[in-house]
Amino acid sequence: MTTILIKNGRVIDPANKIDKVTNVFIENGKIKSVGPKTPKANKTIDAKGLIVTPGLIDMHVHLREPGKEDEETIASGTAAAINGGFTSVACMPNTDPAIDNEASAEFVYLQAKRAGKANVFPIGAVTKGRKGEEISEMGQLFRGGAVGFSDDGAPIKSAEVVRRSLEYSKMFDKPIIDHCEDMDLIRDGTMSEGSVSVTLGLVGMPPVSEEIMVYRDIALAKLTDGKLHIAHISTKRAVELVRQAKKGGIKVTAEVTPHHLTLTDDYVKTSDFNTNYKVNPPLRTKSDVEALKAGLKDGTIDAIASDHAPHAEEEKDVEYNVAPFGIIGMETLLPVVLTELVHKKVITINQLVASLTVNPARILGIPKGTLSVGADADVTLIDLNKEWVIDPAKFKSKSRNCPFAGWKVKGKAVSVIIAGHVI
Amino acid sequence: MTPDKKFVWTQTHLLGLENLSAQEITHILDTAESFKEISTRNIKKVPTLRGKVVVNMFVEPSTRTRMSFSLAAKRLSADVVDFSPSTSSLSKGETLKDTARNIEAMGIDIAIIRHTAPGTPHMLSRIIDASVINAGDGAHEHPTQGLLDIFTMREQKGRIKGLKVAVVGDIMHSRVARSNIWGLTKLGAEVIAVGPPTLIPQQIRELGVKIAYDIDKVIPEVDVINILRIQLERQRSKFFPTVREYARLFGINSERLRHAKKDVMIMHPGPINRGVEITPDVADGTHSVILRQVTNGLSVRMAVLYLVSGQPKAEEAE
Ligand SMILES: [Zn+2]
Ligand SMILES: [Zn+2]
Repeated sequence: MTTILIKNGRVIDPANKIDKVTNVFIENGKIKSVGPKTPKANKTIDAKGLIVTPGLIDMHVHLREPGKEDEETIASGTAAAINGGFTSVACMPNTDPAIDNEASAEFVYLQAKRAGKANVFPIGAVTKGRKGEEISEMGQLFRGGAVGFSDDGAPIKSAEVVRRSLEYSKMFDKPIIDHCEDMDLIRDGTMSEGSVSVTLGLVGMPPVSEEIMVYRDIALAKLTDGKLHIAHISTKRAVELVRQAKKGGIKVTAEVTPHHLTLTDDYVKTSDFNTNYKVNPPLRTKSDVEALKAGLKDGTIDAIASDHAPHAEEEKDVEYNVAPFGIIGMETLLPVVLTELVHKKVITINQLVASLTVNPARILGIPKGTLSVGADADVTLIDLNKEWVIDPAKFKSKSRNCPFAGWKVKGKAVSVIIAGHVI
Repeated sequence: MTPDKKFVWTQTHLLGLENLSAQEITHILDTAESFKEISTRNIKKVPTLRGKVVVNMFVEPSTRTRMSFSLAAKRLSADVVDFSPSTSSLSKGETLKDTARNIEAMGIDIAIIRHTAPGTPHMLSRIIDASVINAGDGAHEHPTQGLLDIFTMREQKGRIKGLKVAVVGDIMHSRVARSNIWGLTKLGAEVIAVGPPTLIPQQIRELGVKIAYDIDKVIPEVDVINILRIQLERQRSKFFPTVREYARLFGINSERLRHAKKDVMIMHPGPINRGVEITPDVADGTHSVILRQVTNGLSVRMAVLYLVSGQPKAEEAE
């Protein structure tokens, strides 16, 4: 019998409303108890001065396998996840081929098992081949283990398809996760439309292109009573739309990325067109950043997710308008958010932990994100005060497209336990 | 207008006018003034940049600007090599980065780059040690065009401060407009952007520019009308309904000019769509300084090449 005792840590488990210095006891890969008892264990971890949380979940990552294994694989991606403090990730289906059938969902589980690192939960495509035309075999995908449905990387253009998928997915109680942007308004935009894009002469993506789609999806969620999740929300008005919808009892949730919480479109200018600031949705303005923080604080935004989007260096290191969108994020999410939001008292550490544990677990309907007795023994240990400098060269991800290089940060996940195994 | 002897020029690149001070811009104009005389000599050549190698990297074609830079470099006795995408490896999938490194390995001192993508000169300046001159990057900046426009205004009007300049046309997609705006506002001119609202981003106001949609209301009050080229291919992108309607609403013709100040100056960076943004009689008329701009482009580009190359004294040009 394998047993682990994690002693004297500050245990924060928002699912059970726990925040106190105590012990966590693990037996055979499951949580056996949380409390002052100190049973004899094979292994004892002294967590004095550390925060002990349910294993963190990053509900929106791109692992690029199959199809772009030079940028990331399920093995390298899960290594990066663990290095960032995550025990579980949900991966988007915009691979090549897309994850749009039962076998391809099972492939993700198989590769994750082979890698033997973090848990990986596939998100299935909403439409066949992510073409936006016909809804995929959601029932089969669900059977293969899909925890949600999304055509991320692109929006679902047809309102009709959104409507049918919201209706159909109710059978499985899994969310439709939409990447909200109106492609007609976006044209060939490369950054947010505003004074910076005008100054730089770059084609802008107007914030309203996101807001229109958020509004459309919310209206359809209301019509269908389906479960809608807004991926990587980025504008002030979009946050307000979600806030109002929640007040109206509509089943909508939202996530925000660390970069949208900390960076603005000014970085494109001050970095002289560095493509590591080219993301989709694009970096917005200070007032959007403030609104996102407020949305996180008041619970309008449920989760923080990295939208980890690895790209090979030769792909990213080109002229600004031809570089692909996207930045990596699993290894910087926690330190960046701890430094910029928790230490600066925008949100509490409890709110942060909730946004990375119980909330994403509930949205995706997965049995994770809690230290309840009997739950899988996934645990993250965080040193809130460890000061360090972000150096992408040391990352486990295969890619290096990180906008936070050189940032001085405070806070780091120092260890993770997955199913009772200390990694 | 001889260069201020006490002023020390420190820039090794010319990426745009936004990051130059009023003093630096004036210094370029003054330096260009001292180069103007060379173009009037019988033998139009000085040894200033002898032994230096200048590459013309025109990834987006532009015969006029490339010729102007070539001629400017040759008058300073530099060796000039041309690099155009049709004959280069760029079309074979080699990245700009690889190409830049190869060019550098050949010992280039100054790289002049024209590219469709905003920020490409900035990217190039991070990769190579040579001086980089932006010859137009997408809709971002075209600093030498901005400088030659301002030089021509100063030459004709004797000042920039207090001038009222209308920039007419496609502000949204125009690098010439942006460089003009940066340069003119820094030197104290007033800029009015004129055109249909689809081609004038509202945020241009934040650069200290006024916006007008009625050219006839603006014409009587301005000293300079700088007409931008309408890129006819834009017409398909729904920015305005037809070229004919554009010409009717914003085309500069002699009828409209009747209401202008009698010494109004008409400018155009070329090439002109005759009959669209400007009628032939106005383009060739007495108010037009369009050819003057071309001539001045040479002196301005000589000045820029000379300054970024880090030559110690302007007197060497003599
Ligand atoms: Zn997305
Ligand atoms: Zn994504």
